[in-house]
Amino acid sequence: MEKERTLWGEFIKGFITTNPLLVLMVGLCSSLAISTKVENCIFMGLAVIFVLTCSNIIISLIRNFIPDQIRIPIFIVVIASFVTIVDLTLKTVPAVYERLGVWIPLIVVNCIILARAEGYASSAKLMHAMMDGLGIGLGYTCVLLIMSVFRELFGTGKIVIFKRTIISLGTSKMPVILILFPGAFITFALFSALLQWYQQRRKPGTREG
Amino acid sequence: MHEAWRYFLLFFGASIVANILLIRFIALCPFFGVSNSLETSLGMSISVIFVMVMATSVSWLAWNYALEPLGVGQFLYIPTFILVIASLVQFVEMVIKKTSPPLYRAMGIYLPLITTNCAVLAAATESVKPGFFTKLNIAYNYGFLESVVYTLGVAVGFSLVLIIFSAMRERIDLAPVPKFFRGVPIAFIAAALFSLAFMGFAGMFGL
Repeated sequence: MEKERTLWGEFIKGFITTNPLLVLMVGLCSSLAISTKVENCIFMGLAVIFVLTCSNIIISLIRNFIPDQIRIPIFIVVIASFVTIVDLTLKTVPAVYERLGVWIPLIVVNCIILARAEGYASSAKLMHAMMDGLGIGLGYTCVLLIMSVFRELFGTGKIVIFKRTIISLGTSKMPVILILFPGAFITFALFSALLQWYQQRRKPGTREG
Repeated sequence: MHEAWRYFLLFFGASIVANILLIRFIALCPFFGVSNSLETSLGMSISVIFVMVMATSVSWLAWNYALEPLGVGQFLYIPTFILVIASLVQFVEMVIKKTSPPLYRAMGIYLPLITTNCAVLAAATESVKPGFFTKLNIAYNYGFLESVVYTLGVAVGFSLVLIIFSAMRERIDLAPVPKFFRGVPIAFIAAALFSLAFMGFAGMFGL
């Protein structure tokens, strides 16, 4: 029972306390670039969850055989192999593959994955590493989905997934800037300010100097 | 003349019109990480220009003389390029440490960071799989010189924006900012306005 609770703890911490995007501030590039459409984010989230979980499992399994001096190249090769799998798999969905473009190979250098490999999986037990990968991956995907829903809904007035309109506001007079480049920065700034507001409200004792 | 103009367009398109940081959102982690002070961003810029041009050159050679003739390019390009970049960075670090201690002090700490700088891998990948060139109106035929000019453009664009932005952030530190926007959020708002300014370059020279 105790063990299960800690596993659950490993899983759940990726959402809030160590959320990769909002708290650790890693993996920003891909999240800002592809959050223009909800559809992109679903595929990108799945790809990151897959790569993160699999590489965490493998690295946790071989952690006792890796010489310390060359651990980073070994991590990168493990990650790169899984990214290649994703790359070749996504080619079967040409429309999405074209839109995600260079972001698929760039999962290799997505700081989240290497950071988890180096900082967590290389010193954790198999099950813990797996749950950590799933949790962090889902935390990333959640923020990605929230951001993309916000941007697509208020930028274009409707959300379209696989050519089917899911939600429509019934108007096309929307601030288009949200789906353009500056919109990504503005959306993230708002989210990050919201988080700061939330954190400062929870500990009212702290005063800025 | 025509040829030189094409190279100029390639450089201009890669550095300004489709700026890697503000328009394409690649390499944002170092952008927000080291843009705190002008000095560190200068050091980072020099290292990035240097490493990126070398990484693309080696990756281009590896693709055209090893991966492609053997017919394994599709499956092995990601691990190959990232290994090329990682070992190159290590190599550059050792050479600089040995030959020029002042330069090593200036860019030494940034070199390991460059391995995970997405811009390096992006430029190397695009020199052999030019998805991005199809969006700009430039004829591109996978040549060596073209790849190097393109990478130089990307790296110069990165440096330019990084240096300007770090100067902006030094100024913002002194400004009265609303409480919850201090630190990261205001930096993102500034980046948004900066990006808006760069959108004005779209369409220049018919790019």
